[in-house]
Parts: sequence; C-alpha cells; structure tokens
Amino acid sequence: MTDRVPMLRGDSVYRIHWVLGTDRLLGVCHCGAEHESDDPVELWDWLLAHPERHPAGA
Amino acid sequence: MTTTATFARNQWYVAAYSREVGRELLGRTILGEPIVFYRTESGAAVALADRCVHRRYPLSESRLDGDTIVCGYHGFTYDRSGSCVFVPGQSRVPRTARVPSYPVVEQDSFVWVWIGDRDEADPALIPRAPWLADPAYTTVSGMEPLAARYSLLVDNLMDLSHETYLHGGYIGTPEVANTPITTEVDEENEVIYVSRHMADAECPSFYARSTGIEGRITRWQDIEYHPPCLYLLHSRIAPVGVLPNDDGTDPDAFHVEVVYAITPETEHSTHDFWAVARDFALDDEEVSAFLAESNRTVVLQDVTALNILERVIEGERDGYQELSINIDTGGLAARRFLKRMIERGERGAAARPVAVRS
Ligand code: FES
Ligand SMILES: [Fe+2]
Ligand SMILES: [Zn+2]
Repeated sequence: MTDRVPMLRGDSVYRIHWVLGTDRLLGVCHCGAEHESDDPVELWDWLLAHPERHPAGA
Repeated sequence: MTTTATFARNQWYVAAYSREVGRELLGRTILGEPIVFYRTESGAAVALADRCVHRRYPLSESRLDGDTIVCGYHGFTYDRSGSCVFVPGQSRVPRTARVPSYPVVEQDSFVWVWIGDRDEADPALIPRAPWLADPAYTTVSGMEPLAARYSLLVDNLMDLSHETYLHGGYIGTPEVANTPITTEVDEENEVIYVSRHMADAECPSFYARSTGIEGRITRWQDIEYHPPCLYLLHSRIAPVGVLPNDDGTDPDAFHVEVVYAITPETEHSTHDFWAVARDFALDDEEVSAFLAESNRTVVLQDVTALNILERVIEGERDGYQELSINIDTGGLAARRFLKRMIERGERGAAARPVAVRS
C-alpha cells in the first residue's frame, strides 16, 4: 500500500490501517504478519495474541 | 462503590500552568489528593499535602511567611519540605509533625507533579510538549473543569470523528472517505499515534488568511497520546505535495500544536488543560484570539457532552454494554494502556507497607 506513512518507529509497534474506501481494518503485527477485520475488538485480540504464535526464529 | 482503582498512580500529571503557581497558595486536588502549591522566594515550585497534621485545616486557606506556610487555624508552620518547624504554645515540635511533599518538575509551561512512590519519580519519564515554551511559537491556553471521569475525555480525544456531530461548524471536517487513517501503537514506550493524512484538501479560509497559502493543501492531523496525561494533536498544513524533510525538519509547512493535559481530579471529575501553539502569524493578535476562542468553544462543547455522559454512566450499574466500531481503534488501545498502568500503580502500592493512621 502506498499511503502508509509510519510515524512511530519502535520495534514493538502495531499498526492498523483503515483500508481506504472500505469498512475494513488491516492490522499489521510488529513481526509483519497481517490480519484483516471489520471489528476493531476482534482485530486487537488477534494482534495481541499474535506474538504467542510467532514461529521460532521468525 | 467499588474498591478497584480507577486511575494510575506512579505517574506524572500536569497540576497547573507555571503561571498559576506563585506567591499565593494554590489548592488543587490531583487523583483525589488535595495538594497546595506555591513558589519559594527563590522561585522554586513546591507541592505539599493540603491538610494540616493538627486538625486537617487546608493549608491552601492559610498564609505564606517567607518560604513557610503558617496554618490558618492554630499556626503550625511548615517548611518547603513539609516538616513542621513551629507549633503554638510549646517549644517541642512533635517528631511526626510533617505533611507529605510531592516531587514537582516545571517543563513546557506546566507544573508536573508525581503521584505515587517518591523513590520512583524520574523526571526523564515526563513526556514533552516543547512548543508551549518555544519562542518560535505563539501559544494560547486555558483550563476547564470537567465534571466527568478522565477516561471519558480520553475516549473523546482519541476519536476526532465526533467533531462532525458535536462540533459541527467549528472544526473543518475533512473528507474522511479519502483520508488514510492509521493507528500505531508502541507497546514498549506506551504511545498511541493516530494519523490522518489528507494529500489534497481545501484550505479552510482561516488558514488561507493567516498563513498566506493559496490553493489546495496537504493537511495532516495526527494524534499522539502519551497516557495517562499528555495528549498532542499535531496539525500540519502545507501546499499540496510539500512533505517534511527526512531529518524531521519541516520549514515549508505551518504547524498548529494542540496540547491537552488530562488530569484526574477525583473519580468523577477532571482538570482539562488545553493549549494551542502555532509557528506562523506569531504577533497577530487576531489569530491568537481566533484560535483561543474556537478551541475554548470546542472544549466547552465536549465538557457539556461529557458532563451529561458522566451522569448517565453513574446512574447505571457496572458492566454496561458498549459497541465499538472502526473509529474506536485508537481509543481501545488507550483504554488497554490505562488499564495496564492502573494495575502497575496498584502493584507498586501493594508492594510497600502502608503507614496506618490512628
Ligand atoms: S489545624 Fe492547622 S494548626 Fe490546627
Ligand atoms: Fe471534541
Ligand atoms: Zn506477530
């Protein structure tokens, strides 16, 4: 996506983009994994649970 | 009444503007703790518990004698560290005669006070709002009392989409459908950033007049929240296509930095500090008056709405249902950080023996 301007630069930053022109949210974990949802509560649950499921070495 | 804490101890909070603290005693309640503020003859800000140890008379209703406070009831006299140095009618001062003192730091036009464990008060933890004391900016500011819990103000400020409904006509409403909105959450540093970057927008007439920009603009409105207390709204206006330099400098844009300090007074009331700093039209009184008036109007509209909301919520039982939608993405992160900070503050308190008052 071209319109993403990172403003925070730490190593533990979650990003959630409101997908332009839609009702969907795209969440990006600090490991780079992505998940799309139309419910911010569900999306946060996914993102916060994600590090637990990180494959070793990823 | 529940016994669970609702605000985060072991944190810095804005207690006042520096200009409010002088040679008059200022009483202000922060996180439920009554505190008296004053400035010593040499200019240092002091914060002491606002209750005399003798019969609990408020020291803020007393008087200053040099750098000491003389209690307005029977004359117990306290120095700037809170130690009692004189009691009436006897020469012995009881060893336990002292009021707690609070760590204070003056920075960016604010007086910050540490609420919590003295030993953990690290001034390096205070988030910055440098524009407010920068000669390259002109600032207007104020404070409104809010009869609502601070978390309602956090919710309010984390979502700017309410401006269309609550502030119709006061804040320019961007075409949100074409505006990329990104929420970033830094887990380690506990910062939330919500950016709305409009690449090509109409220039509101106020900005056209005060900046001299002609034609369409690039407009950014970025929220940067440092829970629990400091909220920044970076507003950036530049001719279309003009972006900041890679090193962060941004000489061809105009900036309005809106700063809020959200300080709980009690469980159900809040000090709502607001300031607006700009780096253009520095000496233009009309621009100052416009920014002060419009921001104060917006703040008061929020205050009215949140006071209503507080009364409704207080009348409900716990565990009421809410429904979150996309606009709440940043607000949900703010709530999570606040919850975490409250728990951390409680653990800190539990880890230490509490002095029992007889
Ligand atoms: S209450 Fe302060 S001296 Fe008695
Ligand atoms: Fe508002
Ligand atoms: Zn991940």
